[in-house]
Amino acid sequence: MIHSLFLINNAGDLFLEKHWKSVISRSVCDYFFEAREKAVEPDNVPPVIRTPHHYLINIYREKIFFVSVIQTEVPPLFVIEFLHRVAETFQDYFGECSETTIKDNVVIVYELLEEMLDNGFPLATESNILKELIRPPTILRTMVNTITGSSNVGETLPTGQLSTIPWRRAGVKYTNNEAYFDVVEEIDAILDKSGTTVFAEIQGVIDACVKLSGMPDLTLSFMNPRLLDDVSFHPCVRYKRWESERVISFIPPDGNFQLMSYHISAQNLVAIPVYVKQNISFFETGSSGRLDITVGPKQTMGKTVECLVVTVHMPKVVLSANLNATQGTYNYDPVTKILVWDIGKLNSQKLPNLKGSLSLQSGAPKPEENPSLNIDLKIQQLAISGLKVNRLDMYGEKYKPFKGVKYVTKAGKFQVRT
Amino acid sequence: MLDSNKDSLKLEAMKRIVAVKKLVYVYLVRYAEEQQDLALLSISTFQRGLKDPNQLIRASALRVLSSIRVTIIVPIMMLAIKEAASDMSPYVRKTAAHAIPKLHSLDPEQKDQLIEVIEKLLADKTTLVAGSVVMAFEEVCPDRIDLIHKNYRKLCNLLIDVEEWGQVVIINMLTRYARTQFLNPNINESLLEESSEKAFYASDDEEDEDKKAEAAALAKRKPYVVMAVAQLYFHLAPKAEVGIIAKALVRLMRSHSEVQYVVLQNVATMSIKRRGMFEPYLKSFYIRSTDPTQIKILKTYIKSMDKDFVAASIQAIGRCATNIGEVRDTCLNGLVQLLSNRDELVVAESVVVIKKLLQMQPEQHSDIIKHMAKLIDNIQVPMARASILWLIGEYCEHVPKIAPDVLRKMAKTFTNEEDITKLLTQYVLNLAKYDQNYDIRDRARFIRQLIVPTDKSGALNKYAKKLFLALKPAPELPDWPESAPDPSVRNVEVKDSVCARRTVLTGPEGAGVIRLLERVTTLTSIPEWSKCTSRKDQSDSGSGSESASGSDESASGSESEESGEETESEEDEEDEEEEKKKRKKLDKPKAKKPVEESAESEQSSGAEDRKRIRKAVKNQKSASESESESESSESEDESEEESEEESESDTDVRKKKYCFSRQPFSPDPNMVAVQIQFTNNTTSETKNLHIEDPRLQSGMRIREFAEIDMLAAGESITVVMGIDFCDSTQAANFQLTHTRKFFVSIQPPVGELMTPAFLTENDFKKEQGKLMGMNEISEKLTLGAKCVNEHVIVERVTATANLSRVPCGSDKECSTPPPPPSAPVYRFAGKTVSSGCLVLVTVATKEGGGAQLTVNCEKMVIGTMLVKDILQALSQ
Repeated sequence: MIHSLFLINNAGDLFLEKHWKSVISRSVCDYFFEAREKAVEPDNVPPVIRTPHHYLINIYREKIFFVSVIQTEVPPLFVIEFLHRVAETFQDYFGECSETTIKDNVVIVYELLEEMLDNGFPLATESNILKELIRPPTILRTMVNTITGSSNVGETLPTGQLSTIPWRRAGVKYTNNEAYFDVVEEIDAILDKSGTTVFAEIQGVIDACVKLSGMPDLTLSFMNPRLLDDVSFHPCVRYKRWESERVISFIPPDGNFQLMSYHISAQNLVAIPVYVKQNISFFETGSSGRLDITVGPKQTMGKTVECLVVTVHMPKVVLSANLNATQGTYNYDPVTKILVWDIGKLNSQKLPNLKGSLSLQSGAPKPEENPSLNIDLKIQQLAISGLKVNRLDMYGEKYKPFKGVKYVTKAGKFQVRT
Repeated sequence: MLDSNKDSLKLEAMKRIVAVKKLVYVYLVRYAEEQQDLALLSISTFQRGLKDPNQLIRASALRVLSSIRVTIIVPIMMLAIKEAASDMSPYVRKTAAHAIPKLHSLDPEQKDQLIEVIEKLLADKTTLVAGSVVMAFEEVCPDRIDLIHKNYRKLCNLLIDVEEWGQVVIINMLTRYARTQFLNPNINESLLEESSEKAFYASDDEEDEDKKAEAAALAKRKPYVVMAVAQLYFHLAPKAEVGIIAKALVRLMRSHSEVQYVVLQNVATMSIKRRGMFEPYLKSFYIRSTDPTQIKILKTYIKSMDKDFVAASIQAIGRCATNIGEVRDTCLNGLVQLLSNRDELVVAESVVVIKKLLQMQPEQHSDIIKHMAKLIDNIQVPMARASILWLIGEYCEHVPKIAPDVLRKMAKTFTNEEDITKLLTQYVLNLAKYDQNYDIRDRARFIRQLIVPTDKSGALNKYAKKLFLALKPAPELPDWPESAPDPSVRNVEVKDSVCARRTVLTGPEGAGVIRLLERVTTLTSIPEWSKCTSRKDQSDSGSGSESASGSDESASGSESEESGEETESEEDEEDEEEEKKKRKKLDKPKAKKPVEESAESEQSSGAEDRKRIRKAVKNQKSASESESESESSESEDESEEESEEESESDTDVRKKKYCFSRQPFSPDPNMVAVQIQFTNNTTSETKNLHIEDPRLQSGMRIREFAEIDMLAAGESITVVMGIDFCDSTQAANFQLTHTRKFFVSIQPPVGELMTPAFLTENDFKKEQGKLMGMNEISEKLTLGAKCVNEHVIVERVTATANLSRVPCGSDKECSTPPPPPSAPVYRFAGKTVSSGCLVLVTVATKEGGGAQLTVNCEKMVIGTMLVKDILQALSQ
């Protein structure tokens, strides 16, 4: 399926290549460079490029292009997803996925790629198994390795690969057995000028951190599972039980993983936690403008809104901003034309306000339209959809684990139009 | 350590060796091809590894061994794979499956042996192996579907537990399998559920679907799996079940940008084929995918700074509006508001989109057109100018007052316009010619002759010039003498045109020319228009009845003369001076009252002429029709399907014939009229003949004829009854009763289940565009020896199916510059009687007697049968 992989940096240098079948000349990348040139912005390179003999499927992540060469008809998402998995694995292993780290760890990179694909077909892509095969580098181990001359290839054999539950390694042992679940919800919303909701929906995930010994079999149930509209699970979840009983039953992978993601559709009423009063105007004469933004709490369910940030992408003609914030700090970057107002905690007694004048480039026509505001916020201890975990049960093991659930609501793509 | 007796120690040692050698392997595999000898040295090590008691070591040995691309070791690999395929450990078997395609690519001659191994592995019951072996199957022998049969159910069952990557491969394979092995559930739905065979498949399908549903939901985690499932659903599932995937796909929209890209591409394809699938989720597509419905949202975006994006979003609005009827008005309003935007590009883009939208429902929006007409003075972007012009030209009947004004303005500035506007101006004129309004048509034709210098019509041009020049000094003079050369020019063209009714046409043809010249005089004076429009109404009502009755004389009549003209419209660079002179003429509105009046009277007489001729034609036609109907026994008339039934079991031979009269059945438009003729061949008279006990398929209806009281010996009688066949070719069974009963079964040929529909070529193409994909059935055929000319082809097709010919000729207009039509294309349109689904038939002839027959119809069964029938008719 996947024939070869080339890693290309932003400057267009090809710095790593790996072939799973016969060797394909680098010149195949010329087609990619051509497309890259045409696209101007790196984000705009078409993910699938057709060449006379191959397809080039590429992704752009962390300023690196992962270009794969395909010779046969393959579902493109298959390849794209695999490439993302490669990038994620690098990130997992080296802390970040950048050209430098890849070059520094080129041996591990090759080892990983060799394990992840066999003859172009994905073999071991679960991080648990990979980590058994190839140990991620740590400072200590690198030192030990340089002294003893041993490699960081795993000492054990990938037993996980043998089992039908490849996501969990065998013989896990912890002294403190704990299982934490974070219910994280993001509000995607668009509010119009008058504050009415044009569009709002909630995307949620449940992140888990499970450190339990042995082979625990967990069951997580909700108080109100009907809320969940569209769910997708980690492969470990037994879907049949969800279908019939609306409980999540699974043997968890070891460590951190995303148990499920869900979606609460726009049909349900979505509580909008804050309101924004804004007035941005540009004057025809005098090349100046005014800005006045006030943020206040709306439906916060009695919780405090934290980490409140308002970001405005100003029109190009705005040279500088002379503003006064009653709370928090603001910063206008004249190069990127981004105004960031970091409010912090929202105080409902004294509403934060940002007010002042904007100076425009003289002579230039006044901007036609007002920029829209992007809101970022966080509410602890609240799932805005009202989703609540009922209980977590464990079977299969005898010890008593420590359990915990945390709720957080964040703003996703939350926009206010002006 | 390797020599140690203890297994654990040995294992440890082996592990270490394997581990240390990892990099050596990488190197080895990479360079084995180039350094074969060196690579061979290592092979014995791996062979030893293959016998190792530890499964993991066996597996990795096999993996590395199979990765070495050296032909000499093919037999060794083959042996190793075979052995590994029957290994105890599923993991080793999995590795064997992985090794198969490697060996196959190294030496394709081993295919047969490898297929055996695949067959063996396909029977494997572990999830670990399933994904890999299907992958091998797909790579080595995707055409050996017979291998899957036995394992199909098992694979469906295993699917959920297979790891993600394997799931994708299996799902794709199953999709292909199901596509080739099962009946299309959508077709099944429309077919009546009778056949036991179908029942078998249905159950099979259901099971399949269950599995899919599980897989779909479970697999939702990974985009690629979702996509694979989506494709499976898309290809296989009955319409009702498709909804599930839409939701899942929409969710993918939050993923990486590349994923979004691919998903959107897929969504686009799917929504083309399955309209409405994503309708509930449109909101989710709002901004981020620039596939929005609601103007409100987009409008703010239109205000954004990126011009390209603005343009794109306006286009998107347009597309949305086109696809979703309900929001069209909202969109239009929004767009009209945009017209007053300061930014020209925005306006221009909106104009173009509005143009497209208005095309769909011009009647209600004449005010918009007016508004746009006013705008034309300010707009500079050529495309937009062109669009406005086009609109005005196309719908000038709705805005009679403005069209001429604008045309005049345009004529003034013609030379200053950019090319595209020029072309479009020309186009406007062309369109204007097809207008219902004679005056506009004539006027357009006239202007066109003046400002569009052409090659062939050079002569005409000169005359026109002369005409004009002559006119100026002496406007009183009627221009009769000048008209003489015109018909000669045209007659040539008429020959080119493929109209069979040429002889009939010479009448209006002449009249047309005359009127053209008359126009010369009236053209420059504007007050004339109000009168013209009133006359238009008259002529409309005159021709209205004709087109309603399904005949297309009016259209083909007026077109044949014009289609000829098109051929001469090749662009030519003429000296501008000449043009300017001509334009000057146009600009000066001169009062020429006396001429005007005379022209007026002449013109109306011309119009009347034409009307008269039309009526005559119509009468002729209807006469011939009624003739053929009354003597339904005559077989020459091919437009009538005929069938004869003799109830010979009956002692008194009572003969009855039935035919499909192709008349609309007036009591119920959804019924097919069936004309039945009874002939009493016996010596005694028959009494109380009536229908009894109709046994009909569900949904079918019948409207009986009135009871025949008496039928004397030797006489015959004709009655008409209506049957609603529900657009199926199932027979309608009933009993005819008088003194005795006998069964009658009327089975309609598929061609009789439709009535002609009148479409213009543009409409035809538009409708055809909506009925692509599964609704389109295309066949190649060789035309029969007799199908040499147009007449025969048209006759054959219309005899087979009750369709009407789509007037040809206008397709040259659609694309500027006109491509020379190498081989004629015939189009026919109709609607099914019961449900009113469009049936579009295209016969594109090719050189050498070949042809391509395309039928577009929502009802695929009808389409399929119709193709068969027409194919037969044409290839005889």
